Formats: sequence, structure tokens, C-alpha cells
Amino acid sequence: MSTLKAPNGKLLFTLLLVFLGILLTACYPDNPQSTFDATGPVARSQLTLFWVIFWAAAFVFVVVEGILLYAVFKYRRRPGDGDPKQTHGNTKLEIGWTILPSLVLVVVAVPTVITIFDNANSPDPEGALQVGVVGEQWWWEFNYPDPADPNNTLITANELHIPVDEVVNITLDSRDVLHSFWIPKIAGKVDLVPNNQNTMWIKAEETGTYFAQCAEFCGESHALMRFWVIVETREEFDAWLASEREDAVEPTDPLAMQGKAIFEGSQAQCWLCHTVKGSQKANGKVGPDLTHVGRRTHIAGGIRENTQENLTEWITDPNSVKPGNIMSLEGQVYIDPTLKMTDAQISAVVRYLQGLQ
Amino acid sequence: MTTLSIPLPKRPTHPTGIWDWITTIDHKKIGILYGVTAFIMFLTGGIEALYIRAQLATPEAQLVSPEVFNQLFTMHATTMIFLGVMPMGAAFFNYIIPLQIGARDVAFPRLNAFSYWTFLGGALILKLSWFMGGAPNAGWFGYSPITGLEYNPGHGIDFWILSLQVLGIASLAAAFNFIVTILNMRAPGMSLMRMPLFTWMTLVTAFLLILAFPVITVALIELLFDRFYGTNFFVTTAGANPLLWQHLFWIFGHPEVYILILPAMGIVSEILPTFSKKPLFGYPVIVLSGIIIGFMGWMVWSHHMFTVGLGPVANSVFAITTMAIAVPTGVKIFNWIGTMWGGSISFKTPMLFAIGFIALFIVGGLSGVMHSSAASDAQQQDTYFIVAHIHYVLFGGAIFALFAGVYYWFPKIYGKFMDEKLGQLNFWLMFIGMNVTFFPMHFVGLDGMPRRVFTYPENMGWDFWNMVATVGSFVLAFGILIFIVNYIKSVRSGEKASGDPWDGRTLEWSIPSPPPHYNFLKIPTVHDVDAWWAQKRERIPAVPVAGSSEDEHNGHDIHLPQPSYWPLVTSIGLFIGAYGLLFTFDIGGITSVPVVGIIGGVITLVGIAAWALEPVNEPDESPEHH
Repeated sequence: MSTLKAPNGKLLFTLLLVFLGILLTACYPDNPQSTFDATGPVARSQLTLFWVIFWAAAFVFVVVEGILLYAVFKYRRRPGDGDPKQTHGNTKLEIGWTILPSLVLVVVAVPTVITIFDNANSPDPEGALQVGVVGEQWWWEFNYPDPADPNNTLITANELHIPVDEVVNITLDSRDVLHSFWIPKIAGKVDLVPNNQNTMWIKAEETGTYFAQCAEFCGESHALMRFWVIVETREEFDAWLASEREDAVEPTDPLAMQGKAIFEGSQAQCWLCHTVKGSQKANGKVGPDLTHVGRRTHIAGGIRENTQENLTEWITDPNSVKPGNIMSLEGQVYIDPTLKMTDAQISAVVRYLQGLQ
Repeated sequence: MTTLSIPLPKRPTHPTGIWDWITTIDHKKIGILYGVTAFIMFLTGGIEALYIRAQLATPEAQLVSPEVFNQLFTMHATTMIFLGVMPMGAAFFNYIIPLQIGARDVAFPRLNAFSYWTFLGGALILKLSWFMGGAPNAGWFGYSPITGLEYNPGHGIDFWILSLQVLGIASLAAAFNFIVTILNMRAPGMSLMRMPLFTWMTLVTAFLLILAFPVITVALIELLFDRFYGTNFFVTTAGANPLLWQHLFWIFGHPEVYILILPAMGIVSEILPTFSKKPLFGYPVIVLSGIIIGFMGWMVWSHHMFTVGLGPVANSVFAITTMAIAVPTGVKIFNWIGTMWGGSISFKTPMLFAIGFIALFIVGGLSGVMHSSAASDAQQQDTYFIVAHIHYVLFGGAIFALFAGVYYWFPKIYGKFMDEKLGQLNFWLMFIGMNVTFFPMHFVGLDGMPRRVFTYPENMGWDFWNMVATVGSFVLAFGILIFIVNYIKSVRSGEKASGDPWDGRTLEWSIPSPPPHYNFLKIPTVHDVDAWWAQKRERIPAVPVAGSSEDEHNGHDIHLPQPSYWPLVTSIGLFIGAYGLLFTFDIGGITSVPVVGIIGGVITLVGIAAWALEPVNEPDESPEHH
């Protein structure tokens, strides 16, 4: 009756080893968004919790699948078998396998609750740096308190600078749909919910540049809503923040000056939606603040390196870079063919933007 | 009736052919209609999935546009849940439940036909959206505010809302029907604690349906009013709180998960004893844990919302309730293994799928516990780790059990076996394909790949496992192709099967295969959980078996409800009515009159009225019924 042969113990054991090998090597901490390379206390607590539960689960997996396989092979039908004994249950056994899993779950539940509360409550709610995060389709605005003027806010986009080894308190808001703020190596995600401000805290223990990405589906180009976290020493951070206070550099070379004129002109109308501090005209609030866009490492919501070529492509046809974005849907210069910029105009605007250091 | 003289068309009397299928109210034929329709829908959802996998096989791929990709994953999930797994469960409810409880049909046969046709209408509204200007694109969960007009001006979301509403009507009607059927139409002696497990799980599922669907119905009506009539339930720019939608959706959505998995558990609980030749181990405990799962399913919804900022107290509570639900689930798994323990296990295809179900469901259950831990879930939420989890429970779980059910009950339905060699090939291709597709998703998820992304850059370390998953998905698809070949081949020329080909335990195996239209010549009396097994083994005075030579002709006198046009007409009215809300005209001074919708409403009312006036049976046609 049976179509299965007796199990080959060695083969099974080898397969199990191969499987566990794959399991342990499949996730590489080196990967830019790997959760296995925690470099801050929040991500580390989440990773520690993961390992506790993983080993508990692995134990249960091996035991239960083992018993299942054993039962399947041991009690396979053999030729000439009659009806087996008709057992209907075993109360003691059943109570046992109700209580045992409950105990395993207690092992998981206690550290879970502790970690939930630890991660919810900032260790330094008052004194630490406070950064406001605002999500929009499909880019990020970051707001810093002005160190020199408590009533002023410094606004930047798509690159979050934080000082190393310090607690940073974050508020999360959205101006349109749901988003989720996630820096896998530094902290698990918290959502950005319109009309519902969320808070979280993070701390990074190694300087460097970190990959980060929106994790809640937010529309057509959700996949292209990324950002970068630049963790730097306190001195570097202070210097960066101080320079963020400054107005934009006034262009001096003729091409960039021409670019500025186009930026502030009535054909391209970039100024309607973008702010460039120091400009008389450009203080739009719809798109990212471009005052210091030239020194950002990436453009277009963190998805392209900030190079002349990429800027040109982005400004020429933003919809091909990030489908569905507001600039290409609502910017007159992209809708109205008569307003279309020439290649020469575009290279002037690119030169101007690159100069905004 | 004589006082009302509304002329109704003559009752349909087609014993065969297309009109028989269209007007039938026989639970067996409706079961087949449900099954075939659901399987076709399952295939369309599978094709959507293959597009998704093909797009994600390589980084920066451009097979489909981002907008189409978003429509694909929305349609894939909505299709698989509402048009695939749920109605496949309904197919088995329809065909098997009356046979298992010793009844001749369901309690409300015409309502049953209405459920099917309404389901078909809802399915068409959803699937036709591909050809009507674009499918819904906001995910099967349809989170506010991205479903609002401001962010989603196309009609995709409208199709999604209307389809789910119509499907909800179908599900509610079916659920009430099965509750009444199971509670009232059991054979004498079949107390609740002698009901087959599949019947039990169907009962629990039906209760979950009637409690869960009203919640999503309310949410959908609010969203519909937002989109059609300018209300502000979910309009965030007018101050709405988008979390309202999430709560409403998941209060429905989590019980929905159990609506999908409990029938699967029921099927497996039938197959394991049959192929182990042992009674279900701990029958009362399995029943009770099914009920507890159904009950606790209402206390865990916010585990879908661990990252929305409900605060540490709510997250802790929902983490613990979610972990707790693993206990009755674990109990079921142990009892299933206990059923096989000491048995005489035959590895026919239904049993392979049932064992595969257990093996894969364990993986999905364990990853479920992993993200029940809210703090740890902050890294897993909305990543491919979750995608892996849901496919282990819904594909490895629900789909494997449904395939097990098809192989198991096929001989009953057609009087023929499915081909065993193709069946084994089918199983192993699906088992291997399933693991190769979905296991690597655990890896990329923990390596930080979010779900619902139409592409990813190449330097993220996700390339290799995505390619592996895509290869696996095509192996899986090939396995399903083998199933189709097997099914068609076996319907045409399968090896003949007796009434009891597996040495079964429950009443459906006590009658011939395929069952006569009246099911049971004489309603059996039940003395045991495994009524038929007890009768066979303990030689309890046998019930006359339908179709046996002595009673060859008696079946013709059995009084059965007759076919009707009106369930179909009512369903067509609902379909037109729902679809018609999208087609408005300006009449006179009034703008946006949903003319087509009103016509549909009128057809529905006519259908209901005629249905109400139509007697269950034409008195003149069965003068000598008893």
C-alpha cells in the first residue's frame, strides 16, 4: 500500500544540516538593510528578542516536525495490516501539550513586553535632540530646531543627519497618506499617520551612512520612497546644522545665474513649490526645501545619486524617474508642452542646483 | 397562493443541460459550480502572482509599470481570499455538509443558489475591473486615506468596494444557510458532539462570517459614501482619523483569516483519520480548540497594527492575546499527529496533501508567533517576512488542505478516482515549489525588503533569493497545471470508484458515488462520531443504502425542492444594481442619477417578490409525495 520506502537516516540528517546551514547564512548582516546588523539600542533590543523567539521557534520546529516525520514513517501502512487500535484520545497527554506550549510562550511574552515598553519610552525625553519627520508622496522632510534661535526650524529633505551615540527623539507626521519610518540597522519601523502624531526614539552607535526606506504602502512610487541616515560625530553634526541655517549660495557663474533666473521665472515656476532660503521669490512649501540641495548625496527621495547626469534626467522627465510624483503631474512646466524647458535651460537649472551647497 | 394571481413564468423543469445548471438548487450541483468558479478565480489570482514574481525576479525590472504592479498585488490578494479560498471552502460546505449530516439538501436551497450567483456577480465586478479602466490599486486591506478620491480618483477602488459588498451578501446568505442546515437538519442521533469535524469547523466558520462581515460592510459603506456622496468618514484633509479604517478592517480581517483556515482544518481532520484508519485523536478537544480559535480570533486584530502607534499597553495586550491563540492551534497539531500515531497510514494523494498541510502550517504558525512579539515585529511588519508567513498559513495551510479535499472527495463526486501517479507528482511539485517560493521570503524580509514594492535596487543583497522565489513560483504553477490535467483526465476516464473507496468513516461514504440527487434513500440514524465506520465495523443494523437493488425505484418518490429562476434573477439584479452605481446620467434638472443602479434594484425586488410567491414545490407536479 505504501508508496514510501524506509527513511534513509543519513540522508535526512544531511538534508537537515543543509537546511540549517542555509538558514544561518541566508541573512547577511552586510546587506544595507539587514536587521541582523543592529547598530543602535532599539534595533539591538529587537534583534535580541528576535533571537530569543527564533531559537524557541527552532526548538519547537525541530521537535514537532520530527515527531510528525517519525509518526508518518513509523506508522506507514504495511501489506497485511488490519485495523489499528482505535484510540480516541489521552487526557493526560492532551493536558500536557496544552501546558507545554503555554510555558514556551511565557518565555517569549516576558521579554516581549519588557522590550515594548523600553522602546516606547525615550531614555531622555526632554534634553535630547528633537527631529520632526514628515512624510509625503514620495519623499521625507526633516525638521531640526535651530540651535541659535528657538523659534526657528531648519528644514531639509531626504537625508537625516544625527549625532553618533546620542538619543534622538523623533516625531512622525504625514501630510498625505500613510508612510512608515524605518532604518533597519538603527530601529524598527513606526508609521506616519495623518492627523495622528507618533513618536519614537533612536540612537546610532557607529558613524556612517545608513539605508532607510518607507515601509507602509503609500501609492504608485512607494518603492521609490527612500532616505539616507548620516550618523556623524557631534562636531560634524553641529557644523552641518549650523551651515543649514545659512541662506543659499548666490550663483556667480553665468550658467548658474541663468539657472536661477529660470528657477524663479514664469516658465518653469520652480519657486512656486520649492524654497531656497535667501531667494526673494522661492519659498514654496509643496516640494522639498532646496536651499542646500547641492551638497546632499542623493536626489529624488534618496533614490538617485546627486550627479549632474541624474539631476538632468530628473528635471527633464521626473515621471520617468519616479512615476506619479506631484511635480510631473501638477507642475505646469511638465503639463503644458508650450512651457517645456530646452536642454540648455535644463542644464542651467542643474548647474544652479548643484551650486546650492 | 390562490388569492394572489400574479402570473409567474412556468417553473424550470430542465433535468439536464445548461438550463439545469442555471436553475439548479441541488446543493451538489451548486457545490460544483462554486468549486469550478473558485478554481478559475484561483488561476487568475495565480497568474497575477506570476506577474508579480516575474517583475521581482531581478532588480530594477520593467516588466510592468508601478501602477500595474500595485493593481496586481491588490487583485492577487483580494482574488485569492474572496474569490479563491473562501468560495472553495463554500464548494465543500455545499457538496459535503448535507451528505455528512445525513440530509437531502441544505435548509434553504434557493437561498443557496442565490449565494452562488451573487458570488459570481461580485467576482465579475472585481475581475472585470482590469478591462474597465484599471483594477483597484490600494492593497486588499485598502488602507485609508489612499483609497480616498483625493489620492485615488480612478474607479478601481469603486469596483473593489462594490465587489466586496456583493460578495458579502453572498457570504452572509450562505453562512445563515449553513448554520440553519447544520443545526436543524442533522440525521437522528447526530448530536453536536457526534458531528464530523468538517461540519463542526464549517459551523464555527459560518458564525465568524455573520459576525465579521457586517463590520467590513459598514466600513465599505462609509468609504462608498465618501467616494460617491462626499461624506468625510475617511477624508483626512477634513480631519478624519485613518486608524478608524484600520480598526474596522482588521476587526473583520482577522476573523477572516480564521474563516479561511478553519474549513481547511476541518478537511484535514476528516482525511487524517480515514487514511490512518483511526478515529480523530481527542475529538472533543479538537472541536473545542476550533471554537476557541474562532472566539479568540476577535481579540487579536491590532497585531496587524503594531507599528501604527497604539502605545505600549495596547501593543503588549495584543501581543499576548496573539501568542495565546497559538495554544489551541498547537493543540490541534498535536492531536492530528496523535491521530496518525499508532495508525496504519496510507499515503494516497489526499493524505500527502493533509500531511503537507501540517508540516507547512507549523512553519507558518511559528513565524506567526515570531511577529506576535510586537517589539520584534517592528522589524518584520510590512516586509517579505510577513509575506512568507501568510503564504505558509494560507497556501501551505488553506490551499494544501483544499487540494487534499478535492483529491479526497473527488471519487464521491464523480464516482471515479483521480489519477494517483499524477496526484503524487502534483503534490511534490506543489510542496517543493511552495517552499522554494516562500521560504526565501523570510530571508529577504529580515534583510530589509519591504513588501508591496514594485522594484528594488541591485545593491541590496535581495537579488539571489528573489530569483529563487520566482523560479519556485513557476514550479508551483507547473504543479497546479498537473492538477488541472489530472482533474480533466479523471473526470473523463478515471478509474471507477465505489461508494466508499477510502474505507471512510462519515456518512457521505455510506451512499453511492456519485450520490443520487436525493442523497439518502432513507435518512440514517447515527450512534457514533464516525457513524459509517461504526456501522461497518460493529455491524449496527444497516440502513438501507440508496440505489441498492431492492429500492431501485423508490428514490423517485422522494420529495425534493424544485429548480427556480428567481435566485438567479435576484442575483442579476444585485450585480446590475451594484455595477450601475458607477453609471450615472443627468435627467432633467437632476444630476448624476444612477439609472442603471435603479434598474438593477428593481430587478432585485422583482426577483425577491417572485421568489416569495413561488411555492417550494409546484403542488401539481408531485401529487403523491410523502
